[in-house]
Amino acid sequence: MSLATALFEAVADPSRPWTFAFIGITFGAYLLIGWRSRVRETRGFYVAGQGVPAIANGAATAADWMSAASFIGMAGLISVKGSDGAMYLMGWTGGYVLLALLLAPYLRKFGQYTVPDFVGTRYASSSARIVAACCAIFVSLTYVAGQMKGVGVVFSRFLEVPLEIGVVIGMFIVAFFAVLGGMKGITWTQVMQYFVLIVAFLIPAFAIARILTDGAHSVPQSAFLFSDLAERLNQIQIDLGFDEYTQPFTSDTRLNVFCITAALMFGTAGLPHVIVRFYTVPSVRAARWSAFWALLFIAILYTAAPAVGMFARYNLLNSLHEAKIVETEVVDASGDDGGRTLYRLESPKGEALDWAYNWQATGLLSFEDLDETGTISLAKTSAEATIDKDIIVLSTPEVAGLPAWVIALVAAGGLAAALSTAAGLLLVISSSMAHDLYVQFVDPGASEEKKVMVGRLMIVLAICVAGWFGINPPGFVAETVAFAFGLAAASFFPAILLGIFDARTNRQGAVSGMVVGIAFTAFYILGNQWDTIFSVTRDAEFVRPWYMTRWFFEISPQGIGTVGMLLNFLVTVTVSRLTPPPPAEVRQLVEDIRVAG
Amino acid sequence: METEPKKSDEARAAFWSANKRLISILLIIWLLISLGCGVWWVDWLNQFTIGSLPLGFWIAQQGSIYTFVILILVYAICTDRLERKYGVAE
Repeated sequence: MSLATALFEAVADPSRPWTFAFIGITFGAYLLIGWRSRVRETRGFYVAGQGVPAIANGAATAADWMSAASFIGMAGLISVKGSDGAMYLMGWTGGYVLLALLLAPYLRKFGQYTVPDFVGTRYASSSARIVAACCAIFVSLTYVAGQMKGVGVVFSRFLEVPLEIGVVIGMFIVAFFAVLGGMKGITWTQVMQYFVLIVAFLIPAFAIARILTDGAHSVPQSAFLFSDLAERLNQIQIDLGFDEYTQPFTSDTRLNVFCITAALMFGTAGLPHVIVRFYTVPSVRAARWSAFWALLFIAILYTAAPAVGMFARYNLLNSLHEAKIVETEVVDASGDDGGRTLYRLESPKGEALDWAYNWQATGLLSFEDLDETGTISLAKTSAEATIDKDIIVLSTPEVAGLPAWVIALVAAGGLAAALSTAAGLLLVISSSMAHDLYVQFVDPGASEEKKVMVGRLMIVLAICVAGWFGINPPGFVAETVAFAFGLAAASFFPAILLGIFDARTNRQGAVSGMVVGIAFTAFYILGNQWDTIFSVTRDAEFVRPWYMTRWFFEISPQGIGTVGMLLNFLVTVTVSRLTPPPPAEVRQLVEDIRVAG
Repeated sequence: METEPKKSDEARAAFWSANKRLISILLIIWLLISLGCGVWWVDWLNQFTIGSLPLGFWIAQQGSIYTFVILILVYAICTDRLERKYGVAE
């Protein structure tokens, strides 16, 4: 279907003109900001001329950090995991404490352009710089593919534009402001994108809190804490044969929840696209304060998300369990699979459930009346409803009966979240390739104009690769994103931390620590996930010799980064003590970055 | 009351050890609240309630995040003071 027919059909759906309007207005604003922040020199291109005020950098960091997954997926994930969903909430916020106290101010004092800059200079080693640059590219590339796919999904779901066209439109928008303005353009669009996404998240959150508590609580965080919804949800869960919602360790063991939370926290602190944001502020003091603003802005969404997750689960179970089937219709009957059956439902209280009908068209929600009782059962033992976790946030406005423009706002918010994160990641890829690899090793004498030109070229290249991955996601992408945190925790975090806090750590220690940490973690992940990463079955002949179960204390592959990190620390410290101390200029550098003045 | 910045090696060393002490205290609180109360002792804490929620559950999904924000705020304020005290601000 072309864009023109999509526009034509927009008349049929009341929310679609609003969606076009909101996406048009926000995209226009991003383009305008990008045009106004164009830059000519490398300092502007890579670190926004180090002129971003602390509070603006906080908002930009928050948008940079909160991806399509945080906006669309997280509340749904928590709603499925219940109490254990806290591992994502703490994991993706707790890392900022480490970042603010242990890394950001000192890296800002060091004050060059990239994370590999620091690793290369601190350990006086080109190979360490190359390894760090390659790690940064690998982590960012897997991460960015998910963002581009998120852009495509929002377009296809809300505008019924094909996924490919959605991805291409997203690529052009990001390319425009990132190529022209580099970090400066990205920063100021991210500030705007933060406001779009937070408003888009909070309006439905406030509305559903108000509706479910009959107007007693408007603020989701207070409805979460003070209303009796948790008690009622626990009761429903027990009636349907599930564990209580507030019961911990239902999805994994205590040790695994511990290790996964820790790996997410230490990994967050080691992710290059977050760290580079702190290079853009004017001073060390501003780096500390912008870490505070960043986490404050993030916390607004992260404390509302568990409330939304719980409310949505309550609402879903309450309205769909024992829902009466009013009518069924078969669509695509001529297709190979014999078509799908769409159900028109009525809640047990007799209200028509239009949203449940609409969402079946996307394939994210489906029903099947297996026992032919004329009602849908959501009990644990029955399998009459399949609910994708992604619809939790996206369907909240419809479920809560909010006006059409709110639904459109959620679409614009999802796009803001995906585009802002994609832009930050693309800059890391571009700076690693242009600044750390090309200028450093291929053409050290490049002029200022040439350096910026190479940077722009690399962004274009990175956007094309990311777009291609977004349209044709390789099977391993979804898997790898989940493990990127563990790998970042096991490689970058100890090297940077000891580089600042332990002057005795030398090149031999850091390199062997990184190699051991990342090798152990990657080996363990591969051994456990060989089949899903390479899309083969577990019985495949060539897999069997490689396949290993959770041999290390039953720790899950998502949590193993914590062990890899401890191993890295141990190896780095030991090897450093057994080899000569670092040269005097490196010790001077460490002394220098520790104190602001 | 601003003292003349001396930026001597002793002042820098004194600032660094005060800074390390501050970081250690804040990180111990961070560890106890997040991985301690939020994960390891969460079921034991669930016997108490806050509002209408089990305490451990609330700390894991809300309280820990508020604590993180406060920890960074305290760090930013205290380090500003330490830098002025030892005359090592930018």
